Amino acid sequence: MGKATIIQAGALTTVQDLGRWGFQHLGMPVAGAMDTHSIKLANWLVNNPTKEACLECTFVGPEIKFEASCDIAVTGAIIPVFINNKPATQNTTLKIEKSDVLSFGQIQQGLRFYIAFSGGIDVPIMMNSKSTYLRGKLGGFKGRKLEADDEINFNNHVKEAGIKKAPEELLPTFSRNLTVRILPGTEVSRFSANGIKTFLTEEYTISPMSDRMGYRLSGKPIEHLNNADIISSGIPPGSIQIPGDGQPIIMMADRQTIGGYTKIANVIQADIPKLAQMKPGDKLRFKEIKLEQAQELYRKEMIRWDIIKNKT
Amino acid sequence: MNQFKHIPAGETAFLIKFGNEISEEIHQQIIAYLNAIKANKELMKGVTDLVPSYADLLVYYNPLIFSYKEVLIKLKAAEKSMEVQLDDKARLIEIPVCYGGIYGEDLDIVAAHNKLSPGQVVEIHTSSNYLVYMLGFTPGFSYLGGMDKRIATPRKEKPRTIIPTGSVGIAGSQTGIYPIESPGGWQLIGKTPVKLFDPDNTSPVLLRAGDRIRFVSVNENEFKKIQELIDKGTFQIKIS
Repeated sequence: MGKATIIQAGALTTVQDLGRWGFQHLGMPVAGAMDTHSIKLANWLVNNPTKEACLECTFVGPEIKFEASCDIAVTGAIIPVFINNKPATQNTTLKIEKSDVLSFGQIQQGLRFYIAFSGGIDVPIMMNSKSTYLRGKLGGFKGRKLEADDEINFNNHVKEAGIKKAPEELLPTFSRNLTVRILPGTEVSRFSANGIKTFLTEEYTISPMSDRMGYRLSGKPIEHLNNADIISSGIPPGSIQIPGDGQPIIMMADRQTIGGYTKIANVIQADIPKLAQMKPGDKLRFKEIKLEQAQELYRKEMIRWDIIKNKT
Repeated sequence: MNQFKHIPAGETAFLIKFGNEISEEIHQQIIAYLNAIKANKELMKGVTDLVPSYADLLVYYNPLIFSYKEVLIKLKAAEKSMEVQLDDKARLIEIPVCYGGIYGEDLDIVAAHNKLSPGQVVEIHTSSNYLVYMLGFTPGFSYLGGMDKRIATPRKEKPRTIIPTGSVGIAGSQTGIYPIESPGGWQLIGKTPVKLFDPDNTSPVLLRAGDRIRFVSVNENEFKKIQELIDKGTFQIKIS
């Protein structure tokens, strides 16, 4: 068991894995990493199973002192990485020695980055997951974001593993002006033809009111046929709710299990990690694709992972 | 016979719509459908989550295992084997509640609002079986149907910032139990020592959609005794 001390916590640093699936019928939100792509890459770089927990850092990075050696990796948003104030590289295995201090510069592109620890972060597994669900104060590290002076344990099974480098084709791409691919939502019939046209042609801006639960967008209001309310029902990740004010909300990792607003569309899963790297002020447009296409893209995305899994 | 609508909800889920109202009949069809899916081992290989709500069932699946066309065929096959269960097969769970005083500070407000005595409110609240329509809002929070309108009371104008775990409250014509400490505007009439949400337990949430619950009034001493047994892990909740 290795230990690391959080000297500075950063803006929002939480323990996340791929989420708490299988408990939504009990009212338990899935939570988990916002950028599921980058967390998988981080785990691969330190020889962890794909579903191991990492630290998800948001915008401002933490400063961490290691009390034991460990392999780590930093993926996701582009940010200068320092070990003992010397520049280190992202998207590759980093060898950490006892007493090393990991710190970060100013974020350059994207919003969220991930720190993987070889062997994984040692927090209790609650309902099959180590993810933090902030609103419920559950899971992860004491159900909350990390704070200065917290001590986290990791299971440093540093094998004599070599240095891995992320293949170019698996690095995230960043955009501040993204066309997001969508499928029609379960309540698309509750919108006027005009409302649907507005949604598919106008540009929307990510509002500062966005968080891990949902991205609130602002732009031309989307018109309903009658009203915005439905009898509350399940909410898939990436579904786009349109409340009465006509301003879209894209439901993200910490979304509640059930909600009562009309859903006009659903962002395809392959585009959610890209969205997770976007910041308030960034612009979105929506493009409808076919369900067959979306499932094909989903398969391709997973096949890409199979390729690197076999590439050690 | 059944005219359920299967609507794709993105490329990893189907929403099955059972109707456009909240009714026990629709609820029972949802539970029957959910059980038929769970009983179908072949289908369950690709199902990742099942979320029943008032009038819909959201079925999450893994598109690497089944395409949407395959899931649809399998769902419709499962549908044929669904059996709407008679209500007397549902679990009935007794929830002990200590009403009033420090346990339910708003009992007098609920009584005054409805021109009843606090005792009458308790009598009415404990005399119905409540149906668990669905869970949501917070982990383990159950949406209950069946409260007697004679004790309906509007929410508090100013919500409390902290409502303790186990609080039993009324909001409009709904009643419910807070499974975890959270803010909220419900009128609190009592408290149960029973843990509705216990993440460390193998079944972390006590109630399931489709259960029926009945509140049973206990006094402060009984409340404390039950609390002790729960702490020791020896309390047996009454399920019939």
